[in-house]
Amino acid sequence: MSILRMKSSALRFLVQTILLLFWSAMAVWASEPNGASPNGTNIFAPASTPAKSIADLSVFVLVITGIIFVVVFALLAYSVVKFRGRAMDAVREPAQVYGSTQIELAWTIIPILIVVVLFLATARVLHAVQDAPQTPGAIEVTAIGHQFWWEFRYPKLGVVTANELHIPVSDPANPTPTFLTLLSADTDHSFWIPELAGKTDLIPNHPNRMWMDPLRTGVFLGQCAQYCGVQHAKMLLRVSVDSPADFAAWFRGQQQPAVQDASVATGRRVFESNACMNCHAVGGTNANGRFGPDLTHLMSRITIASGAATNTPENLRLWIQDPNAIKPGSLMPAMKLSDSDLDAVVSYMETLR
Amino acid sequence: MSAMANPFPQAPATWRLPDRGKVAMAGLIIAESAIFTIFVVAYLFYVGKSLTGPTSREVLEAPIFYTICLLSSSLTIHFATKSLAHDRVGAFLGLWVLTIVLGGTFMYGTGQEWNRLIYEHGLTISTNLFGTTYYSLVGLHAFHVTAGLVMLCLVAIFAVAGRVRVEQSRRVEVLSMYWHFVDAVWVVVFTVVYVLGR
Amino acid sequence: MSSSAITIPGVQIEDKPWVDTLHEWVTTVDHKRLGVLYILYALLFLVVAGVEALIIRIQLMFPHSHFVSPQVFNRLFTMHGTTMVFFMGMPILFGFANYLVPLMIGARDMAFPRLNAFSFWLSALGGFLLYFSLVGANGLYGAGNAPDVGWWAYAPLTARAFSPGHSTDYWTLALLVSGFGSIGTAINIIATILCMRCPGMKLSRMPLLAWLNLVMSGMVLISVSPLTAAQIMLLVDRYLGGHFFDTQAGGSAMLWMHFFWIFGHPEVYILIIPCFAFMSEIIPVFSRKPIFGYPVMVAATVCIGFVSMSVWAHHMFSVGMNSYANSFFTLTTMAVGVPTGIKIFNWLGTMWGGRIQFKVPMLFCIAFLFQFLIAGLTGVMLGSAAFASQLTLSYFVVAHFHYTLVGGVVFGVFAAIYYWYPKITGRMLNETLGKLHFWLFLIGFHLTFDLMHIPGLLGMPRRIYTYEPGRGWDALNLLISVGGFIQAIAIVIFVANLVISYFKGKKAGNDPWDAWTLEWSTSSPPPAYNFASIPVVASRRPLWDLKHPEDPDSRYE
Repeated sequence: MSILRMKSSALRFLVQTILLLFWSAMAVWASEPNGASPNGTNIFAPASTPAKSIADLSVFVLVITGIIFVVVFALLAYSVVKFRGRAMDAVREPAQVYGSTQIELAWTIIPILIVVVLFLATARVLHAVQDAPQTPGAIEVTAIGHQFWWEFRYPKLGVVTANELHIPVSDPANPTPTFLTLLSADTDHSFWIPELAGKTDLIPNHPNRMWMDPLRTGVFLGQCAQYCGVQHAKMLLRVSVDSPADFAAWFRGQQQPAVQDASVATGRRVFESNACMNCHAVGGTNANGRFGPDLTHLMSRITIASGAATNTPENLRLWIQDPNAIKPGSLMPAMKLSDSDLDAVVSYMETLR
Repeated sequence: MSAMANPFPQAPATWRLPDRGKVAMAGLIIAESAIFTIFVVAYLFYVGKSLTGPTSREVLEAPIFYTICLLSSSLTIHFATKSLAHDRVGAFLGLWVLTIVLGGTFMYGTGQEWNRLIYEHGLTISTNLFGTTYYSLVGLHAFHVTAGLVMLCLVAIFAVAGRVRVEQSRRVEVLSMYWHFVDAVWVVVFTVVYVLGR
Repeated sequence: MSSSAITIPGVQIEDKPWVDTLHEWVTTVDHKRLGVLYILYALLFLVVAGVEALIIRIQLMFPHSHFVSPQVFNRLFTMHGTTMVFFMGMPILFGFANYLVPLMIGARDMAFPRLNAFSFWLSALGGFLLYFSLVGANGLYGAGNAPDVGWWAYAPLTARAFSPGHSTDYWTLALLVSGFGSIGTAINIIATILCMRCPGMKLSRMPLLAWLNLVMSGMVLISVSPLTAAQIMLLVDRYLGGHFFDTQAGGSAMLWMHFFWIFGHPEVYILIIPCFAFMSEIIPVFSRKPIFGYPVMVAATVCIGFVSMSVWAHHMFSVGMNSYANSFFTLTTMAVGVPTGIKIFNWLGTMWGGRIQFKVPMLFCIAFLFQFLIAGLTGVMLGSAAFASQLTLSYFVVAHFHYTLVGGVVFGVFAAIYYWYPKITGRMLNETLGKLHFWLFLIGFHLTFDLMHIPGLLGMPRRIYTYEPGRGWDALNLLISVGGFIQAIAIVIFVANLVISYFKGKKAGNDPWDAWTLEWSTSSPPPAYNFASIPVVASRRPLWDLKHPEDPDSRYE
């Protein structure tokens, strides 16, 4: 009987220790950046000051909680092994101890001190991240959350785009951070690019502000983090951090009105005579809808449907014909165009560079 | 052995525990207070935030007379309960009915006020934030007054049938706790809506 | 379940027709039967919500899976969360409170037996309403729709414009109705504990289970009411054209969040405090020592009760509150970890120097301690608003709260079931099946919920019906789902144990564990009147005094 009990407790201790080591190893393995480009979404691979401050604080918190865990787990494991009952104990009871004021005081005061330290460390980072003043060189973007896509406006640059954000890399010597104002057109959303910043929600009737100063170029991924309805899962985000020259080239391109290509006049007519222009805008034409993404420079984007599909003619055709095939529940209606109309409109879209 | 304690302890000389009816009513009052607190918080939060429509300053008139009626009913129910505890059933019934009349008058006043607000000023629960929060808060209170009046009437019916005597005074006291609570809530609602919220 | 505990030899007792037994159960006002009804009701919903979870996990095994549509997935996670919190967690804990509190304080029943029955049936109606949405939510227009707004039902997603039909209304009504049931039971528990203790049982001599249920019931009164209020407001918005949460009319989506979480955070303490009570009763018995630091345990629980009312906005660290508010809630959230930690230390102190018996209830308790330690520490991480701005709304939070709710509440409930099943039914649960259940469930739990922290750290948000491949989430999600199936197998074994042992289990006798509180002084199952004569107590462990007259607790208290 005692062997079973000992086996039981030692077995449990063994299993728990193995689990502990295994998952620590997994965490280390999983936290390595996966090397592919674009970048991953690992909060411990920060590429921007707010993300870095948070990651540094997080490591500090992890270390302290890790120490607490090791100490308490050791006490638990020790007591389970050392104080296991044996068969001959069936008649004898151990000493009946009711408590100890000194021990109680010790394990009250030490946690309180730990709480104070963690609170102060957090408050410092909160203040640095949330209350950072806007620097003169900052890029201003207004992000408006929609069901289920992102609208990005650059008020000072006169640019309106959707789903894929371009911002300049920020040189610490001469910072050009991006400050975002976050609004919503319908329900709650949340803007989360883990490697660039902590997430901030987009709440209707409650504008929010956040900033990021990416320290290296590249593409950073993220997605909506606040459940906003049926296609919350495919409200993806793509942030392209460009060199200053590339950024300038990009926004100058975005500032132009839509390309006017006479060879796609049929497609443009289909676009403007169907309900398309009720929801979509194409700069320099009559299409002025705001319900759906701005299509003026659709071909400058890598993906369509807020990241749900890559921007290829086939996907574009499928999207216009039957959005539910790509993003079931999306608010874009199936346009029910004839095949020739569909081909024409897709050709038109393909010219909107 | 003097170290041996008697394994079968003696009952203590007196063992008095609180009355369960009063404890339960106190619990209910705590829960209800929490509900009202949330409606009050919503009311205060939305003061001045309506985008359109009549504002509280434009349309509200403090119902002083009806408030006095309701608050007096706390006095009458207090004396009614005391009378019953001394088995003075006649005095109890008279004061009890007076409580009901005062409470009913208050409800009449609320009805009057709502009639004026809806038909003269066009303020309904869907008009604006003020309308929503006002009717919800005052309406929630009025609902509790109504529930209280129903209970009071039931007791009055039993009293007229001669079934309420000193033995029932504890239960009547529990009910009067509820009525005092309803009045206390009105003090808060009145202050928030007609004093602070303007 | 016989109501007569004594058989008279030589006398034939006729078998009661099953219809009479059914009638007795449906009309009962006996706290023990109502307790059992609550527990069975909750176990049914444990299985239902568990199946919902399994379907969720199948969908998430692979990226871009099409096992269920996004619409169905969103309803599944809404129903899973709502069912587990309101129709599994609350009923099972109220069930145990109902069964045990009168027995432990030497009373014959709860203070208000009919209110007790009414509250149970109200809660049962709530569960029925929630699932009736599957039939009724589109009214006359066809098949039903379960609610799909998440178990927190954030505004303005719940507005008529974004949630047409009636599914959201079923969510609202189900919780409103069961909320009234919860408040009724809480009032009953408070009145019972304050007004019906047996002679000699001063508050300082009450079992900790009674104390902790007293605190929990007080919290129910104060925190379920804000949810009730918010739901009335939601109904006003949806049906009377109100604007409480109508952002187009100047209303505030944040207001719903504040009201919901003023309920929602104390709610999770309401769920865990009765499990703390189970630990405080079971660990001493299997360590063969009294609880270490009884007064401190009471004080720490009361402290948790108060402080937990001040932490709610840590669920809102991403919504854009200013840095002062975020700092405040960081401080209070971390502060509530102090009394909670003290309790863990006290349980350790109870085991220390004891003679631990590794019976199945104790196995679940030890696992609880390990898991609640980890859950508390990930809670500290989430309590730091800055760290939380990355962690919140991701799978890290999902892992954390499943650690507390499954690793804490479910393990605690299993411990309680294995411990008190003999008292309730008169038979022991099978120890071998129990150990198999424990180990399988432990392995499945850790496979799922340990791993689940990692996708969160790697940027996987919650409430998504599918995900992009290549972000490091794929293998993890597959393993997490496998763990879910292992847990399911363990539950099947558990249910089998419950059923088999009811008919074939070893007879338990009054006091199979050699325990010390009053419920073990009466027969198993107890007679309808609980005690032949109302006990008189002189210490916290009246049965210890009886068994050890040479060294009674009454000398030391």
